[in-house]
Amino acid sequence: MTNLVWLTVALPLAGFLVNGTLALRRPQAKSLVSAVGVGVLLAAFAVALGIFVELWRNPPHAPIIVTLWSWLPVERLQVDLAFQVDQLSTVMLLVVTGVGSLIHLFSVGYMGEDPGYARYFAYLNLFIAFMLLLVLGSSFPVMFIGWEGVGLCSYLLIGFWFSEKANADAGLKAFIMNRIGDFGFLMAMFFIWRAFGNLNLVDVTSRAPQVLQPGGAIVTAITLFLFLGCTGKSAQIPLYTWLPDAMAGPTPVSALIHAATMVTAGVYLVARTNVLFAMAPVSSSVVAGIGALTALFAATIGLRQYDIKRVLAYSTVSQLGYMFLGVGTGAYVSGIFHLVTHAFFKALLFLGSGSVIYAMHHAYHATHSHEDAQDMRNMGGLKQYLPATFWLMLIATLAISGIPPFAGFFSKDEILAAAFARGREQPLYYAYYAMGILAALLTAFYMARLIAMTFLGSNRTGEKERAHLHEAPAVMTGPLVVLGVLSLAGGVLNLPAFVGGGAALERWLDPVVSPAERFFKLEMPHGQAELFLVGAAVAIGLLGLLAGFRSTLARPIPPARQAAADTGLARLLYRKYYVDELYDALIVRPIVWLSRIVLWKGVDQGVVDGAAVNGSARLSQGLGWLGSRLQTGQVGVYVVLFLVGALWVLSAVVR
Amino acid sequence: MLLGPALGLSAILFSLGVAGVLLRRNAIVLFMCVELMLNGVNLSFVAFSQLYGASGYIMVFFVMTVAAAEAAVGLAIILAIFRHKQSVDLQNINLLRG
Amino acid sequence: MTNAVFWFFAVLAVASAALCIVQRNPVSAALWLVSTMFSLAAIYVLLNAQFIAAIQVLVYAGAVMVLFLFVIMLLNLGHASSDIRGPSAIAATLVIVGLLLVELVGLWRYSPGRVAAEVAQAPGLRDPAAAFAAGMIARQDAVTHGVVGGIAAPLFQIYLVPFEITSILLLAAIIGAVVLAKRKV
Repeated sequence: MTNLVWLTVALPLAGFLVNGTLALRRPQAKSLVSAVGVGVLLAAFAVALGIFVELWRNPPHAPIIVTLWSWLPVERLQVDLAFQVDQLSTVMLLVVTGVGSLIHLFSVGYMGEDPGYARYFAYLNLFIAFMLLLVLGSSFPVMFIGWEGVGLCSYLLIGFWFSEKANADAGLKAFIMNRIGDFGFLMAMFFIWRAFGNLNLVDVTSRAPQVLQPGGAIVTAITLFLFLGCTGKSAQIPLYTWLPDAMAGPTPVSALIHAATMVTAGVYLVARTNVLFAMAPVSSSVVAGIGALTALFAATIGLRQYDIKRVLAYSTVSQLGYMFLGVGTGAYVSGIFHLVTHAFFKALLFLGSGSVIYAMHHAYHATHSHEDAQDMRNMGGLKQYLPATFWLMLIATLAISGIPPFAGFFSKDEILAAAFARGREQPLYYAYYAMGILAALLTAFYMARLIAMTFLGSNRTGEKERAHLHEAPAVMTGPLVVLGVLSLAGGVLNLPAFVGGGAALERWLDPVVSPAERFFKLEMPHGQAELFLVGAAVAIGLLGLLAGFRSTLARPIPPARQAAADTGLARLLYRKYYVDELYDALIVRPIVWLSRIVLWKGVDQGVVDGAAVNGSARLSQGLGWLGSRLQTGQVGVYVVLFLVGALWVLSAVVR
Repeated sequence: MLLGPALGLSAILFSLGVAGVLLRRNAIVLFMCVELMLNGVNLSFVAFSQLYGASGYIMVFFVMTVAAAEAAVGLAIILAIFRHKQSVDLQNINLLRG
Repeated sequence: MTNAVFWFFAVLAVASAALCIVQRNPVSAALWLVSTMFSLAAIYVLLNAQFIAAIQVLVYAGAVMVLFLFVIMLLNLGHASSDIRGPSAIAATLVIVGLLLVELVGLWRYSPGRVAAEVAQAPGLRDPAAAFAAGMIARQDAVTHGVVGGIAAPLFQIYLVPFEITSILLLAAIIGAVVLAKRKV
């Protein structure tokens, strides 16, 4: 089955082609589009399962390379289009195809009435194909194809309803910020090529200790540039501002791309090149530091957002920060573990909010109201209208807050314990731990606030709309249930020793991360210290939840149109610390000025058009005019010129 | 052997012809000065022919023939211009002015 | 003796040419040119080119200059005002002619002895004529075949093609002159 791994990429790609053709020719063929769109994903998931089973029976010690063809045979550079099947890529494969299938199924219901239905599924399938190319790529260039491709699909899907300028702008913003990160990825590739002479992952990771100097300048440069790419793709500081704007796309897109899969590509990259990061402790500290800082920063912003999807977006940025804190500290398995559990509960949260938005939309549509269907101040008390959604989102909230025995508890706790453990050798990590704990507190708070504002209390939607609020159809609630189960039980993937578990994921991923452990072995706390940390994490989570519920439900909340504007600190948080405005003033405006005034008017119109093109024409004209002065029509003048020439020739001969 | 003086005379006659071409405005007189130049060159050919053989004389023969033909055609052109402009003053013939 | 005759006719030629180019009256200019040509014919005889001298008188002075005079009289130019160009032209003339003379006078260095020495590459040749075989042959030809025969033999043997082409040229010139000079074509 392993040598059929290319099917996982080919099937969604074929789905893209079929759905794309249908989108162009017969957009109303909805059932065919659904069948193809969801079908290829389920088939890819089946292949993924097959590969997983095969690897479980015979765990490989080195990655299995499945080569399709030779792509770039250029003298010394030999890049093949090849896939790398090992434990890590299998985990990612299962997450992408599994969660992807659920979200595709959800989309059938959510996007059912959208005129661009076929186009939507075409793009979604294309995205899966690229994402799988990214996680399965056996060399940096192949990974880069996937890296760029998911950026492209993200742009296409964020700006799906492009007739609204704000949506198109959001797509453009995401793409451009991703490109800045891609520059980092490319620079890292150049450095790697120069140092190693080839770009295969297996070669680089196995030869790194011999070729590069641990702690040296080159390996630090490589890892920092790779991390720059990760900040772009995974929305960390300073390239995170595109993710909240990306909520302009359809909700299943937010769930798939901006929660479960694309944004985790950065974490996957760091985990994949763990040797390089382990050899560069400065870079690892930077990764962990930025991760912790982003986690805290985004959590504070989430405290005061009113759009339900925005809260979840900042929550995603914050949780990605946790993942980077994990892989930066050296706990690569914990980072991947949190990636998997986060995929479950964040997808559940997004899809649940999609259910809510779907219901609100229908209610407003029925009464021809123009209120914002995504503003939480217009919701409230939806527990009685959407009970299934409520209970499932509550499960996800408990998971994200780190309450045992839900999935998020195990993964988040491991990351925080790892940061604390490393702090013993590098005290800076204690600061990261503090930031992480504080962020955990805030996470629980704003998630509780979200649940309270949306489902509890009294309904603020309006008298007439209330009659139209109802639960989503089964095709949408079904995937929610599956994700709910996974959020509940996902912790079994890597149960720690103190609860009697076997740390399955850690043992599974051991061959992948062992090269890094030769450089730095993380000593996880045991016994009393471990229990203390666990207790602290749980206590913080419960405290946050309680505080959130109480403070939100304490005072009645006015509906959106009647709400007063925020002031002071609340306003600062609501306006996201004015970071967007800062970027606009510092970066966007100067570049636009440079393009328009200097390069367009100055260089293009002035120099190229004026001096070069028109100038050379005028020069020819001038020379022609000078030449015409010679044609006087007077024989005398001609005779003189003739004789001068003759004299000249004569002088040459007489010499 | 009169080669040296003959060549000198040839040079002087040629120069006088050039001066005449530059100085005169009348087309016919200009043409005569051109004939003067040709005569100077003929003298030079004949002078050298004593040393280099009959080729010189042949050259003179052809020069004279061509000069005659040229004079005929040139004067015919001057006639045509005179009929058109009633003058052979070269200052007035400047239709090719660019 | 030969030298004296030569100098006499040389002075005559130069004077006639100088007068030719400054005469106001075109007819006078033409007549002075005829005088120049006669002097040149005499010099040709001195240079042992008797046939050429005869042709000079017959063709140049006899036919070409007569044609000139016919055209001048046909155009009825008469006593025109001075048609010498202005001061700028005189200045240009002085410069150009001066330069020309300087260059041409430089050719005075080429005395027959020097040319012979250069051609034979033997220093101190007593009779330069001995170096030029072609010249000797031409002189022999003139003695054996007569003056005309000395020219006719190469003309009709070696230079036959240019000769024929020249005859075609004359034909073209005749037709051209006739066509151009007609009143109504």
